[in-house]
Amino acid sequence: MELFALNHAWLIPLVPAAAFIIIGLFFKEFHQLSAGIAVLAGTFSFIMSAAVVMAVLDAGISVEMPFIQKIQWIKIAGMHFSMGVMIDPLSAMMLVVVSLVALLVEIYSIGYMKGDKGYGRFFAYISLFSASMLGLNIAVNFLQMYVFWELVGLCSYLLIGFYYYRISAREAAKKAFITTRIGDFGLLIGILSLQMVFGTVDFMELRHILPVYIAANGTGLLTIIGILLFIGPIGKSGQFPLHVWLPDAMEGPAPVSALIHAATMVVAGVYLVARSYFLFAQLPELLHLIAWLGAFTAFFAASIAITQREIKRILAYSTISQLGYMMMALGVGSLTASMFHLLTHAFFKSLLFLGAGAVMHAINEEADIFKMGGLRKKMPLVFVTMTIGVLAISGLPPFAGFFSKDEILAAAAAVSMPLYIIGTITAFMTAFYMARLLFVVFWGKEQHGHVHKTSYFMQIPLAVLSILAAFAGAAGYVGGFGDWVRFGEAMPEHMNIGLAGISTALSVAAIALAWHIYVSKKYLSDIIAQKMGFIYTVSFNKYYIDEFYAILCRIFIDGIGKIMYFIDLYIIDGIVNTMAALTVYCSRIFSKLQTGQIQTYVAIFFCGVIILLVYTIVFFTKINELAAGGGF
Amino acid sequence: MHVGLTQVLILSALLFCIGLYGILVKRNLFAILMCIEIMLNAVNINFAAFNYFLPMPDLSGQVMMIFSITVAAAEVAVGLAIIFKIYHDFKTVNIDKINNMKG
Repeated sequence: MELFALNHAWLIPLVPAAAFIIIGLFFKEFHQLSAGIAVLAGTFSFIMSAAVVMAVLDAGISVEMPFIQKIQWIKIAGMHFSMGVMIDPLSAMMLVVVSLVALLVEIYSIGYMKGDKGYGRFFAYISLFSASMLGLNIAVNFLQMYVFWELVGLCSYLLIGFYYYRISAREAAKKAFITTRIGDFGLLIGILSLQMVFGTVDFMELRHILPVYIAANGTGLLTIIGILLFIGPIGKSGQFPLHVWLPDAMEGPAPVSALIHAATMVVAGVYLVARSYFLFAQLPELLHLIAWLGAFTAFFAASIAITQREIKRILAYSTISQLGYMMMALGVGSLTASMFHLLTHAFFKSLLFLGAGAVMHAINEEADIFKMGGLRKKMPLVFVTMTIGVLAISGLPPFAGFFSKDEILAAAAAVSMPLYIIGTITAFMTAFYMARLLFVVFWGKEQHGHVHKTSYFMQIPLAVLSILAAFAGAAGYVGGFGDWVRFGEAMPEHMNIGLAGISTALSVAAIALAWHIYVSKKYLSDIIAQKMGFIYTVSFNKYYIDEFYAILCRIFIDGIGKIMYFIDLYIIDGIVNTMAALTVYCSRIFSKLQTGQIQTYVAIFFCGVIILLVYTIVFFTKINELAAGGGF
Repeated sequence: MHVGLTQVLILSALLFCIGLYGILVKRNLFAILMCIEIMLNAVNINFAAFNYFLPMPDLSGQVMMIFSITVAAAEVAVGLAIIFKIYHDFKTVNIDKINNMKG
């Protein structure tokens, strides 16, 4: 059974891909059927992934001894590229997370997308996305990963722009695609450099070559390659300064935000760094940079999230912040903590997004949290599940976020105190803004008399995810996640009681503060906002990063455009037009020679013959003279 | 008077020049065609003359001349056909009038 699952792991991405083709080509108009096919394919992927995880646990596959199956894909000019399946604890974990969240989101979408004209299209795209994401997880080399990396980017584009008849959705889709493209370009150059320097992009081969290379040549060039590779994750995982696309990506439907822009695609960058950790671990300076960038992103995004008003935008900034945490964990050398947080975050963040989608769905797509209010009694299930999600992300025991976030903070504290302090402050802010969201939406004055009922298709995934958000952390902690997903030696699992106590106390304090501000109104939020004046404005306007980019674009791109326009119009076109005019002028002169009179031609012809004749005679006479004179 | 190679070549050169003169000054297409024939015959005389005055004469020059005459006959046929066609289209054989290829 184990061997069967491993040997057929290539079916995991292939079946959703087949579902995409079948739905896209034949059943786009059959709404129920397309959803059925997508869910069926998702179920298959999930069951296979679960079987793969079982197989990994049973067959003793470790990070050092992965299961690999590959076939040759391209062979050009002495370069071999293969595609295949690489199963180790890391990819097995990702497989099960992605396929599970994808399946739950598909089930949720049956209810959420009901009545939408693009129903079939939606399920086709979602299937394509899960196929690409699963393919990315099992990649055996950088090139395969890059192919699927681009595919998930494409799906993200398609799904952000799902409501393409809205201008904002179109703009957001373009923004996401172009911004991540900047990162992808760095990644591509990094991969090409790897191919040039090492002659291979295969993970396992590189893992063996690298120590030898570093012993011989040092890490100078490798650091540059590492930075280039890391630019890809900066774009994809929404790290500062390329995070701007992620909040706008919320133009897509809520399930898309949950699946792609919270649980799976945006963690592809984190996964890439983790997958190539054998490279990054050799470069301490780069790891330092990653840690600080992650910490900064986490803090920065959290400080924006505090003042936002749109429910999905808050969650988007929260996602950026949590991705920053994962990067920071990788930077401080704890792959286990990062992956553990990835796992728990996938559950509680997709839960929060799906809950937000359910709330918005119930009150006519209202996005502003201050226009919701008092939904506690009307949507009890959504309320309970959202509460679990908020408690999980706030890091309160015994929910999932507590274990993973604490592991990150402990890892950070072991390396650098400033990083730990930033992480802890961010955790405080996280708890505050999530509690704010919860209190504003579910407490307070009721603003909506009639609330649409949440369908069962939407309730079931919420319930399942809330169970996972509640218990996945503890299960991973007890079940020895760290012995399994790790880099190098397994780190001993020890709970730092002191650190855990501090962060729990801070989270409780943050939630209490939010309660006082937003529920009991002891301190009024408007007055605080006024007092904080400048800081509030800056945070509310997202540090004016978008405006800054707009100015940058106007100066550079428009400026270059104007120069190019001038060059094109006057220099390039000028040369071409001059050439054409010259040709016309010359031909006008030479066409005068064409009299059309045959006799003129004959006369000219004979003149030529005579000239040739004279020349020949003179020439031969000279030769004869020379010959006679003994010149030769 | 002794007739040697020089005298024959002078004759053929004269014929050739007469033909060339005709081509350059005549306006009638038929006349031009006839002048071309004269030039061809000048060449034919050369063939025969060179062969005759060889140290060991064979008949190769004459044979070549026969060929040349045959080809000339064919050429005249084609030339006449072209002239008839031109006359059919332009209603004239005056070469000054036929200058449609003027640039």
